[in-house]
Amino acid sequence: MTKVPNNNAAAYAKKKAPGTKSTKAPSKKKDDEEAVEIADGWDEWTNGKALIKPPDQVVLTEAELKEEVTRILTANNPHAPENIVRYSFKERSFKPISAVDQMAVHFVLEGSLVYQDSDDSRSLKDKKGPPEENTADDTKAESDEETKPQASPAEDGGDVEDACKEDRPDSAASKADEKGPKLTNKFNFSERASQTLNNPLREKSCQTEPPPRSIFSAMANQWEIYDAYHKELQKQEKNKEKQKAPCSKKDDDKSKKKDMWLETLSDDVITNLSKATKIIERMVNQNTFDDIAQDFKYFEDESDKFRDEEGTLLPLWKFQHDKAKKLSVTALCWNSKYQDMFAVGMGSYDFSNQGHGMVAFYTLKNPSYPEYIYATNSSVLCLDIHEQHSFLVAVGFYDGCVAVYNLKETGAEPVYKSTAKTGKHTDPVWQVCWQNDDMDNNHNFYSVSSDGRVVSWTLVKNELVYTDIIRLSVVSDGPEGAQPHSFTCGTSFDFHKQIDYLFLVGTEEGKIHKCSKTYSSQFLETYDAHSMAVDAVKWNHYHPNVFISCSSDMTVRLWDHTINTPLFTFDLNAAVGDVAWSPYSSTVFAAVTTNGRVHVFDLSINKYEAVCQQVVVAKKNKLTHIRFNPIHPIIILGDDRGYVTSLKLSPNLRKQPKLKKGQELPKGPEVEVAKMEKLLSLLREPEQSSI
Amino acid sequence: MAEVEETLKRIQSQKGVQGIIIANSEGIPIKTTLDNSSTVQYAALIHQLVMKARSTIRDMDPQNDLTFLRVRSKKNEIMIAPDKDYFLIVIQNPSD
Repeated sequence: MTKVPNNNAAAYAKKKAPGTKSTKAPSKKKDDEEAVEIADGWDEWTNGKALIKPPDQVVLTEAELKEEVTRILTANNPHAPENIVRYSFKERSFKPISAVDQMAVHFVLEGSLVYQDSDDSRSLKDKKGPPEENTADDTKAESDEETKPQASPAEDGGDVEDACKEDRPDSAASKADEKGPKLTNKFNFSERASQTLNNPLREKSCQTEPPPRSIFSAMANQWEIYDAYHKELQKQEKNKEKQKAPCSKKDDDKSKKKDMWLETLSDDVITNLSKATKIIERMVNQNTFDDIAQDFKYFEDESDKFRDEEGTLLPLWKFQHDKAKKLSVTALCWNSKYQDMFAVGMGSYDFSNQGHGMVAFYTLKNPSYPEYIYATNSSVLCLDIHEQHSFLVAVGFYDGCVAVYNLKETGAEPVYKSTAKTGKHTDPVWQVCWQNDDMDNNHNFYSVSSDGRVVSWTLVKNELVYTDIIRLSVVSDGPEGAQPHSFTCGTSFDFHKQIDYLFLVGTEEGKIHKCSKTYSSQFLETYDAHSMAVDAVKWNHYHPNVFISCSSDMTVRLWDHTINTPLFTFDLNAAVGDVAWSPYSSTVFAAVTTNGRVHVFDLSINKYEAVCQQVVVAKKNKLTHIRFNPIHPIIILGDDRGYVTSLKLSPNLRKQPKLKKGQELPKGPEVEVAKMEKLLSLLREPEQSSI
Repeated sequence: MAEVEETLKRIQSQKGVQGIIIANSEGIPIKTTLDNSSTVQYAALIHQLVMKARSTIRDMDPQNDLTFLRVRSKKNEIMIAPDKDYFLIVIQNPSD
């Protein structure tokens, strides 16, 4: 039994020998030799030779032999020192080092292998440039070299062996690449493949509603671009205004402003369309009254050539409004800015039949319907349109009020109206007349009334301020009968065209007073003009001295304001409603009488008779007023049935003085003045001669 | 609006007026006195004419604008007053 362990030990030693030979050869050569000797001894023992024991062999007892001795292989290096101390400067003492490097290196071999696919190998190949076989041999040799250490069984060289194993398939693969079909490793090749379960493919999709699309196309041209810029500009301005507004005004105002803005916006659409309808209405009227329009523009009465002096009047449009049928025309006035437009005041002269009145504005372009209508509670007796601001219209009423209408303002009420508090007249207002603006640029107008006052009205902000200019006291003709406080009724007045302060007032008694705005107490002159109320008094447009007056006593009288007696007296056989100078000639005037006749005089042609006497309305109708158009050769007449008739003057009625051939036609006010002067001189001479 | 309608009434009562159409800026009739088919025809055709006329005027001078258009024909006269939002068409036979 004792031999067995020896035998084992010998075998063990024998087994171990090659490994130790390779790894620990230099250090344990002696051991090997001993082992060989042992092996030799073994052989000898098998041959039955006596067991030779070394003399110093420990003799073990049976129990000791049976004892198992466990040897544990640890990773600790038995040669590593365990008692290294180092001086620690931190603690100023020697300290044992616990962590000692346990690694022992037994074998290191530097390989000369190069990975074939790498750049290095390629560069090597290029350098060598040998045939492929060589490289193959090389690799073979290399792999042989590898196998040598691998073949030697070594526990310690396991690392190297692993590396060789890794290399081998590669080199084989590289061979296969070079030498066609892949050669599998016959020795230790296994191919394993497995397939994992593939997850089934899943697809999930959903569709959203497509966003709304719209096709937009537009063409830009110059005016659209202009409009866009214009709009942008307006927006900017509006924004600026808005920014300014809150600084200065309170929130209340702002909201009001907003409301106003909205209102005007909605109104705009309507007013725009109303403008379109207005145009259309005028055009339709132009078509229906085409012949009249042609006559107005082009018709000249040819028969005038065969009559020496007389002329005719061609009736054109008739203006009439249904609501004004029972009213009589009490005032007429052309608009100085729009020559086709005129205002008609309507009411009643009859004391016992007073009712409502009306102011209507007609244009020749639309004879069928007035442009503006203002209904009033009291009869309108007079009106006047401002020369420069043709939207301002002063109106005098039967009840003594004066009012100013503004055509620009919408609404049926006047913008200014006098009240009992603010000095309204106590009797009917017979005439109103705009004056030039005063020193503070306030508009102002004058009015004359039966209560004997001439009043100046000034438009200040939102009220009418009145100033009495003159009171028409009874001229103290009689010795004591004159009462200082009795007044006469003014029925008409007119302001001198050139001399600002001078004006004439006609009275109910038939007298005409020449007054000055600056003297309120007395008259400059009094003319015993008529035996009945003076209906109209008018300065000549050209000659500064001449004026004309008419009265219900059937006469028209021509005056020189420097002379107390009339220059001419014309008896027209009916009460004269109105008289008017023509704007184109200093010697032409026209008068209307209650028997429906128009009388047109041209004093330069006939000093005694009218050059035209024509019945223009039905016999029953009384003509009340007449006005010449400032530009066109037409007149308008008002009658007591509410009709306004327009008439065209035939060429004879607007004849220019005959001229010799080759002489230039002189024009201008001087010529007209001269014409009148000539007439006057003719009159004076016989007077002087008679004296 | 009453004023506009009154004016339209007056126009309708005028001599020889055959019809009045108010159409919007797209040429769709809004108010008419004619029968349906001729209204639609008039409005559509005249709308094109007005747009052409207006673009002619505005292209020549962007500050200018078309205010009125009258088309005189053998049988009648078509008067068109275009506006920002609407246009007004009146057909009149002046010789009636």
